[in-house]
Amino acid sequence: MHIEFSEEQTMLRESAAKYLADNYSFESRQAVVNSGNGFSADQWTQFAEMGWVAMGLPEEHGGFGFGAVENMLLCEELGRHLVLEPYLETAVVAAGLLQASGDEDLMSRYLPGIAEGSLQGALAHAEPGGLPGLANVACTASESDGSFMLSGSKSVVGNGPAADIIIVSAREGGSPDDKVSLFVVEANAGGIQRRDYPTWDGRHASDFEFENTPAIARLGAPGQAGALLDAVGDRAILAACAESVGAMASLLDRTRDYTSQRVQFGQSLSRFQVLRHRMADMFVQIELTRSLLQAAAWQLDAGAPDAARLVSALKVRTVKAARYVSQNAIQLHGGIAMTEELPVGHYFKRLALLEHWFGSRDEHLARVAALRPAA
Amino acid sequence: MNREIFRAEVQAFLQESLTPELRRAGRLMTSVFADFESTMQWHRILHKRGWVAADWPEEYGGTGWDINQRYIFQEECKLAGAPALLPMGLQMLGPMLIGYGTDEQKAYYLPRILSGEDVWCQGYSEPGAGSDLASLKTTAVADGDDYVVNGSKIWTSYAQYANKIFCLVRTSKEGKPQRGISFLLIDMDTPGITVEPIIGLDGRAEQCQVFFDDVRVPRANRVGEENQGWTVAKYLLEFERGGHNFTTDLKKQLARLRKQGEGERGTNGAPVLADPVVDQRLADLEVEALALECTELRIKGALTAGGNPGALSSMVKIVGTELGQRLSELSLDLLGPEVAAYQPDAMEPGFDGEIIGPEYALTSMAEYINNRATTIYGGTAEIQRDIIAKHVLDL
Repeated sequence: MHIEFSEEQTMLRESAAKYLADNYSFESRQAVVNSGNGFSADQWTQFAEMGWVAMGLPEEHGGFGFGAVENMLLCEELGRHLVLEPYLETAVVAAGLLQASGDEDLMSRYLPGIAEGSLQGALAHAEPGGLPGLANVACTASESDGSFMLSGSKSVVGNGPAADIIIVSAREGGSPDDKVSLFVVEANAGGIQRRDYPTWDGRHASDFEFENTPAIARLGAPGQAGALLDAVGDRAILAACAESVGAMASLLDRTRDYTSQRVQFGQSLSRFQVLRHRMADMFVQIELTRSLLQAAAWQLDAGAPDAARLVSALKVRTVKAARYVSQNAIQLHGGIAMTEELPVGHYFKRLALLEHWFGSRDEHLARVAALRPAA
Repeated sequence: MNREIFRAEVQAFLQESLTPELRRAGRLMTSVFADFESTMQWHRILHKRGWVAADWPEEYGGTGWDINQRYIFQEECKLAGAPALLPMGLQMLGPMLIGYGTDEQKAYYLPRILSGEDVWCQGYSEPGAGSDLASLKTTAVADGDDYVVNGSKIWTSYAQYANKIFCLVRTSKEGKPQRGISFLLIDMDTPGITVEPIIGLDGRAEQCQVFFDDVRVPRANRVGEENQGWTVAKYLLEFERGGHNFTTDLKKQLARLRKQGEGERGTNGAPVLADPVVDQRLADLEVEALALECTELRIKGALTAGGNPGALSSMVKIVGTELGQRLSELSLDLLGPEVAAYQPDAMEPGFDGEIIGPEYALTSMAEYINNRATTIYGGTAEIQRDIIAKHVLDL
């Protein structure tokens, strides 16, 4: 494994970095948050025009067919600028699940709209009272004459308020032994009650109640929810970890700058060895994570057999690093970081929520153990 | 060259050349050194094959291998249980002479390092100058064609076996302390040199203190200009930090931990690794080892592309050594009270008595002890953090 970025990839990163530096200030972000919207529709249109949303989609459906490495480069920049727009929910997860299903009809129906920025998606998997997991899916799907009706509750659906299509996990039949599948539901279908609310990271989510809600289609064969979520999950985790690395890098930059100018006891804070070492450790945490991130992206694109284990290792490492870096960023800034005014705390909140994206640190540590190669 | 063909060639050579005694010496290593006798035996075998100086250019008797081949060779040697070679001549002085030595010095010393005729030790640290290396006080005063050296060096690994020592000495007290240092090559049998082994916590004498009492050293044995020794020393220190590949060490340690975890029974009678708590502790260390491996690959990529790993080598030193320490902690935990038996005789080459407990129990405690030194030598973990703060974060 040897990681080297192509000229095209480097250009992608640089152009994303430049656009966001010029057009995505913290102040403009906060203005969107305070407007009561989860994100800016204008920004989303820009992202789509620049080809970011279509990047990972297949060429035959309006995309560019890029892989995990390009996704990583973009998401790192999104994280660095604390971007609110639902790139993960729509472009990575919803579009990814449609692609993974292999269903050409569904792909041609939705992917071009996603690619051009006119269609938003969401995944409704978790249910009240438990962690997201197939065993906890109580939502049911009943089939009659080849169409499916869904009933049940889903909680904390990221991008729920804006989603035009919702991908819902539900059990075919009723008993816990029955198979769990994924279904596509359009937001304007009948029998949907939606409760919208803001989340701690300035975004919006929804709780859904489905009551005999008609689904457009099932994704793949019956009982494929697990396989589809695993396939897309690894790419989604990679993207979220890239976002986290970008956010952590920004936190370290901010902490370095702040401690360099803040004077206490007659010298700048950055002269104190205890703080210099703390920042060195923050750097180590970030770079170790970045190494795993790049390797996992590379191996995912190569279809390597160790990719899944690397992704889980990345998830574990990212959560550890995110806690260390974000907690110490606040600690080193001192009291001022406890206020709404400074960006530091907003990065802290986003990093804390990203920890729960497609499985916890503990679940992925168990997966690292389970996938350990034979000695 | 095709990497897998090369790997197969190395494996075949190791299979045929590593005797059971040599493999045992490799398995029983509890620090960066194997026992001296086995080390030199393996050195001569590799020399015969032309592979003893994997990192040197071909024109000086090295292999001329590219970075990938060197990596593969190092990894295969470690995994096959080969004893480590002494780094003082091959990895420290050799590359330094190639960079800074005169033609005469290169022609004389390099072949003797390759053959194993000269065994070098490193005279940097002093009792009063540890991490603050530039404060060293051993003096060299010019007198005719010689320098007269007085002072003392400490932590000189394997000085009791070495016939040569390379030293940093003070030749001037003017200006900044770094400015007045010179680099000398000294014969250990010169009158006025005495060596006192230091018994370490593991009961073995790996380190020594070397005393210099009016020791006459020809001026021709100086490397680089007078008072320019610091430049040479810094080059060597960077090499000491960046030249080491921690991943292979950690893989070896992890493999042994798994063997322990599968071999030892927990209180419920099942293999201790079947306990999910233990299993997850191991998995957590594996995550860190993977992250380090990917970091070393990043560095290798940067080097291949002609770049400079910069302070990533300080980061790798911190993470590699601290992770090694955590792995040896887990090893102790898996063994339980079995770790207690102190069996220095069983560690000697040629031992044919009965070992108390499994073989891997012989090394666990000594390794746990010796690993404390890894965050002290070669620039302490704190010095490495200072380097990152200053040179990466620009603080």
